[in-house]
Amino acid sequence: MTVSATITSGKKKLKVVGTRPVRPDGVPKVTGLARYGADYSLPGMLWGKILRSPHAHARIRSIDTSKAQALAGVKAVMTSADLPEQKFEYVGPERVAVNFWHMTRGIMAREKVLYEGHAVAAVAATSRTVADEALRLIKIDYELLPHVINVEEAMQPDAPLLFEDMITRGVEPAPDKPSNISKRIEFKIGDLGAGFAAADEIVEGAFRTAPVHQGYIEPQACLARFDADGQAELWASSQGHFVIRALTARLLGMDIGNLRVHPAEIGGGFGGKNVPYVEPVALALSRKTGHPVKIVLSREEVFKACGPAAGSLMTVKIGVTKDGRIVAADGVFRFQAGAFPGSPVMNACMCAFAPYDIPNVCSVGYDVICNRPKTAAYRAPGAPISAYAVESVMDMAAASIGMDPLQFRLKNVARPGTPTVWGPKHAHEGYAETIQALLQHPGYAAPLGKNQGRGVAAGYWFNNGGESSAAAHVNEDGTVVVATGSADLSGTRAAMALMAAETLGIDYDKVRPIVADTASIGFSGLAAGSRTTFATGIAVVEACRKVIGELRARAAMIWDVRAEDVAWEDGCAKRTGDNAGGVEPLSLKAIAAKRSVTGGPISAEVSVNAGGVAPGFATEYCDVEVDPETGAVKILRFVAAQDVGRAIHPAYVEGQIQGGVAQGIGWALNEEYIYDEAGRLANAGFLDYRVPVASDLPRIEAVLVEVPNPNHPFGVKGVGEANIVPSLAAVANAVSRAIGRRMTELPMSPPTVLAALDSERGG
Amino acid sequence: MAKYHVTATVNGDAAEFLCETHQTLLEVLRDELGLTGTKEGCGTGDCGACSVTIDGRLMCSCLVLAVEAEGKAIQTIEGMAAGTELHPLQRKFLEHAALQCGICTPGILIAARSLLERNPDPTEEEVRYWLAGNLCRCTGYHKIVDAVLDAAREMRRE
Repeated sequence: MTVSATITSGKKKLKVVGTRPVRPDGVPKVTGLARYGADYSLPGMLWGKILRSPHAHARIRSIDTSKAQALAGVKAVMTSADLPEQKFEYVGPERVAVNFWHMTRGIMAREKVLYEGHAVAAVAATSRTVADEALRLIKIDYELLPHVINVEEAMQPDAPLLFEDMITRGVEPAPDKPSNISKRIEFKIGDLGAGFAAADEIVEGAFRTAPVHQGYIEPQACLARFDADGQAELWASSQGHFVIRALTARLLGMDIGNLRVHPAEIGGGFGGKNVPYVEPVALALSRKTGHPVKIVLSREEVFKACGPAAGSLMTVKIGVTKDGRIVAADGVFRFQAGAFPGSPVMNACMCAFAPYDIPNVCSVGYDVICNRPKTAAYRAPGAPISAYAVESVMDMAAASIGMDPLQFRLKNVARPGTPTVWGPKHAHEGYAETIQALLQHPGYAAPLGKNQGRGVAAGYWFNNGGESSAAAHVNEDGTVVVATGSADLSGTRAAMALMAAETLGIDYDKVRPIVADTASIGFSGLAAGSRTTFATGIAVVEACRKVIGELRARAAMIWDVRAEDVAWEDGCAKRTGDNAGGVEPLSLKAIAAKRSVTGGPISAEVSVNAGGVAPGFATEYCDVEVDPETGAVKILRFVAAQDVGRAIHPAYVEGQIQGGVAQGIGWALNEEYIYDEAGRLANAGFLDYRVPVASDLPRIEAVLVEVPNPNHPFGVKGVGEANIVPSLAAVANAVSRAIGRRMTELPMSPPTVLAALDSERGG
Repeated sequence: MAKYHVTATVNGDAAEFLCETHQTLLEVLRDELGLTGTKEGCGTGDCGACSVTIDGRLMCSCLVLAVEAEGKAIQTIEGMAAGTELHPLQRKFLEHAALQCGICTPGILIAARSLLERNPDPTEEEVRYWLAGNLCRCTGYHKIVDAVLDAAREMRRE
C-alpha cells in the first residue's frame, strides 16, 4: 500500500524510479557465489583466533605466551603490546564521539579485562585446530575484581569502578569522585514547572529494557594481508570500508594510504558493523607473520564481544490538558554503555519527544559503563528505547483523557516550525501523514476479540547525509558503470542503478552499479543512519549530470554547434536552437562509439558532503493476543506507516520496514542478554537468545507514505531506521491493553506477562 | 593426526577429500571443497544458514561430521540452478525482493526446495513452520514466504 497523494513535486513523470526490477547483485546471492567476509582466501593464509576473558572484571597480572609460541604450526601470538598506545581524548561530534584510548582497549585488553569475552590475546596458525590448541596454551594470571552488570547498580556511589579515574562529563562543577557515569546530558525547552502546573492530568512511568543484539546472521570476518613494504590489504565485511580503513590504520599506527580495504558482501549489520573488531587483530597478526591471516568469529564471540544495543532504565512523565494537548514532558534516560563510554543515550534524549509539539520539555540522559561488552549502534540507535518509554506514557495519557491514541498523537503532532529540544525547528512534513494513513487503514477500526489488544506508537529518526563519492563511467558500447564507496547491506546498488538510469534517461539494465574499494573511489562514510540512498544517491545523480554535460559537449562537437544548443532528453542528445529541425538525436550509445575522436573516455566522479537531510517519521499499530494460561503473546497484525520521502525501489523499502518491525517485535517480546551471578553471559547462542522466526510473525503490512524531501533530486528521506523506533512501544501498548495492565519491562517474555496477569488476577 | 579419506557425491559430481575426525561437513565444504555458498551463522544448528541436503534429507551441515558424508549424496546451493537456468525458487526470490543482505538466502533456498519436494502445495502457515529453523534478520520473512508460495504455484503449473 502506498499513500502518495501528498506528492507535490511531480513535475516530470518518472520512468524508472519507483519500479521494482531485480537487483543487480541478486543472482550471485541466490546461487551462493556472492563472497562475504568469511569467503575470501589467499595462498599461504593462516587462521587467526582470539583468546577471550572468562571473567567479567579482572586485572591482568601477566600473560605467558611462550608455550603457545612454541607449538608447531603457530606463527605468531599477539597481545595489546603489539598495538600502539592511543591518546585519551574524545574526538568527533559529541553524538558519535570516539576515544581511541578506549577503542584500542576494546580491540585487545591492556591493564584489565572489563567483561566476559574481552579479547586478551590472539594467535595465527596454519590451521584452525592448531590455533585453538595454541589459545589453550596461553597462560594469563588474573586478579579477580568485583563486577557490576546492571545500570542502576553501576550508578551507585559504592559500585565497583571500571576506570578508577573516570569523572562524569557534563556536570558543573565536575564531581570530585570518580564513578561509572561517563556522561550526563540535558536538553531543555520552556518551563517544565509551569507546564505541569497547567496540566489537567499527569501520567508517569518507570521503564526498563534489556540489552539486545543486532543479530546479523554473518559473524564478523575478514582476511588481512600485510606486505614487507608496509602496504596492506583487507577484505572485510563492514558497513563502511573507508571507516574500517581509517580506524584500523589508526589502531595499528599506519598511514591510511598504506591500507586498501575491499568491501566484502556484508551479511547484515544494523549498526553492529560500523566499527572494527577483527580487522586490527588480523592485520597485526599478518604484520607479525608476513602471511595473510583470516579471522572468522563464532556466534558465541559475536554475542559476547561485539556490541549489543544498550539496556536502559527510564522514567517519563507527561502533563496533558483535558482536550488532549501535551503541555509538559520530562524524561530521564539511563543507558548502559557497556565497558567503555558511548551508549546512544544522546540520540535517545533528542528523539524521545521529537514527534510532538510540546512547549515545555526536559530530557536528561546518563551514559553508564558496566562489565558488559561495549554497546554498538543498532538501527536508529537509542531512539527505539526512549520511544518505548515515551510512547507507553503517551498511551497512558490518551487513555486517561479518553482519547483515541492516534487522534491524541495527531493533535500534538510536530510540524515545520515546531522547535526540537536540541535547538533547530522541524523543517519537514511527514509525521501527520503517517498518522492519517493509519486512521484510514481498514484494520484500525476492526473489532478485537477476547484477550486481544491494539497498540499504537510513533517514532522519529534524524536520518543522515554526509560524505559520499560516486563515479559514472560510460562504457564503449553506451552501457554505464556506476561506482560508489557505500557498502550495500540491503539492495542499495539497485537504488543507485535506478537513480542513474532515471537521470541519464537509459534503461535500468544498461547501468551496472558496483561498490568500489577504498583505492578506487573517493571517501564515503558509513552505510548507516539511513544515509546511503540519500547522500550517495546525490553523488550518483551529480556524477550522472556531469556525464550528461560531457555527452552534450561531445554531441556539440559532432554536430559542430555550441554545447548550449544541445539538450539531453530521454537518453539522447537533441539539437535545440536555430536549424535544429530534422537533425536526428544522438543516443548515449552513438556518442560513446565516437568517444575516441571527440576527446576520449567519458566519465565523471563526484564527492559530496550532503546536507538537506529530512527526518523519518513512522507510526505503527499492532494487534496481539495474549494466552492467559502461558503469557505467550501472538502478533496478529502489524501495520507500519513510514514517511520515506520517495521510494526509489518500493519492494526494498517495504523490506526495510518489514525487517525493522520484525526486529522491534523480537526486542519487545523475546530478546535479552541474560547474565549469571559471575557476570557471564548465559545465552550466547541463537537457541537461547531467541530472535523471531518465520512462524512467530504475521505478514507485516508496510504503508509507504511519500512526502518528498525537496533537497534530494528524487525526494529521498531515508528508510532504514525510523520503522523500528515505534515498534517496541506498539507491541507493549497492545499487550498492556490486552491484559489491562501496563507493561513496564522489555522483553515481555511469557513469564513476565504471566506475572503481570497473575498480579492483575490477584494471584 | 591421521586424516580420513572420504568419497561422496556433491551436487551430482564425485568428490573426495581428506578430513580430521572433528571437522564438520560445513568446514570441509567451505574450506576444502571451496563451496563457500553454504554459510556459517552459528555453528550450533540454530540458524539454518548452513542447510544442505544429504541423501535428500535437509540437514544443518555444521551438525554433521565430514566423515559421515562417506558414500552420501550432498546437495548445496551451488547445485541448485541447472547450469545457467535458475531454479524457480531462486528466480522468485529475486522477483519478490525476498533477500536483503543475502547471507541466509542459500540456506533458506535449500530448505524451501526441500519443503516443495515433500509438499508442492503448502499453506502460508506450513511455509512459516518449515522455515522456522532458518533465521533471517533482514526481511521479517514476509517476502520470503511470498516468494516460496509463488514458486510453488509456478512449479505446480509446470
